[in-house]
Amino acid sequence: MSDEVLRSDRPPESGATRTGEFKPTLQLGTDHDLCAGCGEPLALRTILESIEELGLAQRTIGVIGIGCYTALTSLMDLDLIQALHGRAPSLATGAKRMLPDRLFFTLQGDGDMANEGLQEVIHAAARGENITCVLLNNGVFGETGGHMTATTVLGQRTKNTLEGRDATQHGYPIQMVDLLAPLGGTAYAARGSVHDASGVVKTKVMMRRAFETQMRGEGFSIVEILTMCPTGWFVPTAKGPGYLNEVLGAVHVTGEWKRDGRLLRGAEPEAPNEAKERGAV
Amino acid sequence: MSRRFMQGSEAIAEAAIAAGCRFFAGYPMTPFTELLEHFAAKLPAEGGVCVNAESELEAIGMAWGAVATGARAATGSTGQGLSLMQESISELVRAELPLVLFNLARGQGDYYQATRGGGHGDYRHLVLAPVDLTEAVQLTQLAFDRAECWRNPVLVYGDYLLAHTAEAVAIEPVAFDPLPSKDWAVDGSRSGSGSPRNLNPIGMVPGKKGIEPERFWKRLQAKHEAMAAAEARWEAESTDDAELLVVAFGSVARFTRFAVRELRAEGARVGHFRPVTLWPFPSEALAEAARGVKRVAVLEQNAGQMIDDVRLALEGRVKVVAIGGISSDDAGFGVGPMLEPERIRARVGAALAGREVQP
Ligand SMILES: Cc1ncc(C[n+]2csc(CCOP(=O)(O)OP(=O)(O)O)c2C)c(N)n1
Ligand code: SF4
Ligand SMILES: [Mg+2]
Repeated sequence: MSDEVLRSDRPPESGATRTGEFKPTLQLGTDHDLCAGCGEPLALRTILESIEELGLAQRTIGVIGIGCYTALTSLMDLDLIQALHGRAPSLATGAKRMLPDRLFFTLQGDGDMANEGLQEVIHAAARGENITCVLLNNGVFGETGGHMTATTVLGQRTKNTLEGRDATQHGYPIQMVDLLAPLGGTAYAARGSVHDASGVVKTKVMMRRAFETQMRGEGFSIVEILTMCPTGWFVPTAKGPGYLNEVLGAVHVTGEWKRDGRLLRGAEPEAPNEAKERGAV
Repeated sequence: MSRRFMQGSEAIAEAAIAAGCRFFAGYPMTPFTELLEHFAAKLPAEGGVCVNAESELEAIGMAWGAVATGARAATGSTGQGLSLMQESISELVRAELPLVLFNLARGQGDYYQATRGGGHGDYRHLVLAPVDLTEAVQLTQLAFDRAECWRNPVLVYGDYLLAHTAEAVAIEPVAFDPLPSKDWAVDGSRSGSGSPRNLNPIGMVPGKKGIEPERFWKRLQAKHEAMAAAEARWEAESTDDAELLVVAFGSVARFTRFAVRELRAEGARVGHFRPVTLWPFPSEALAEAARGVKRVAVLEQNAGQMIDDVRLALEGRVKVVAIGGISSDDAGFGVGPMLEPERIRARVGAALAGREVQP
């Protein structure tokens, strides 16, 4: 094999060859409309596999925000409620109050949760609402074509911060997990990233812990997942994971921020093999 | 059933709970506040939940989530709060969810908001306007029934007088026909089945990529046309030989009806027409009631909103005059000096005599 084939900083010259097909049991198919290199389908997989592994499939209801991930609902073998942009935590609140023994998660983007719906996710956390909010943070409105959100990092170029996000013009990014973790009603808060395999595995550990926290009735849980959006960042597909880890990951630090009601501020979740011993993976 | 002396807010909350409402969320605002208070006090004992939402946006979001599980749920506010809810109301119509909404408004200035709405796209929902507490108790129960029958939100539109006036009232249960099963409600039972439910306002189907907006919206249009044909409700009095027909709705109609009855008793040829549903507006019934009259006088407590629907119903065949107008107390709660039986009578009398009425 030549060096050329092994380079990972740009897509292969020739079309990729499908060597196998895998999908989580709770996924209805493998075909989606999201961009090549998008991190959101990976994040979805961590959710679906965690539900399946916890044996909660017939008791789970998803409440979906509006962003690129909305198109993934056609793949989800789950009872769903589609919310308006920003409003998923309220819908999940009302539904959970009526069905307290079901598992409820919201699926929201940074535009959805940190911009349009910031007030309601804060209140849901403060109330200790027994739901899990999942934030897919790619630092842009991916769906509208790559515009600045409240989590866009300083210097990041978007379609409405062409010279890069400048604090004097556009203010500072909000770190959602850092913001929500200290609230009294928050029982579990963590930020993962799907930029590489180890990140995916750690994210899944977080997802399971959040769901377990909810099923024990301990209160609000938030899992933020950093996801690639090469299209919205205007970077080549193959550079997405690196950009995510180095640019967004430097500001939105991964790790567990609260567990069992204790503030940890960015602790590494225990290593996957340790978690495996405890039956988590 | 025994009657109790109750404020409107309490009677409406009790009627809703009697109809099976088990979830309410709201944010205080006069004159709606007491409705929230009564739900907060009464729902827990019935196994229900009342959430003090952080804003009206959250209130309607929470009620949306509750109703999506198949529970009977409601929210509400005063016109201002309903303004904030408009995006959700229009999308609840498209998600086909039977949420019941209450607007306990400051006067009658929200007629356009109630019947046209400020939400986006083509959407329609029933609007019920009770004249008094006894009717409010019935219409509140009807609202839950019709909402589920059509899988469509229903708005109950009252005002300060309805909410804050105490009357002796019985919470008589209304009997309704059986409703279709709620197999659309999400409870997680179809998760992992290969054919899950997706309650959404955009016409998405699980397992299918993309949407078919045109087909979806046309189906809703057909449903709303069927609702319009089936749901008009009204009350008509003394219309047979009337020369003047007075049209009014809600609490204000209680004053106009009283004045018309007095004038009738004195021999005046005056009739009364009250739409009970503001949408669908009972256009055909009004046209029928107005046959042979010389003049139709609309008395509403606003700058002139329902008068549009009256004119549309009559298609220029009869002269339509406005005899109401803006009238408020100093706090802006819509309890204006116009709402005096003597003044209302004077306005109706002027219309009978063919004199113009200054708003
Ligand atoms: C009230 C409202 N405002 C704006 C929009 C348009 N809109 C659709 S998706 C979106 C951004 C989504 O961003 P995010 O949640 O970060 O998801 P992503 O596309 O990045 O996955 C916006 C602004 C909308 N649907 N509703
Ligand atoms: S625009 Fe970004 S978030 Fe949306 S599908 Fe493409 S890569 Fe994914
Ligand atoms: Mg985004």
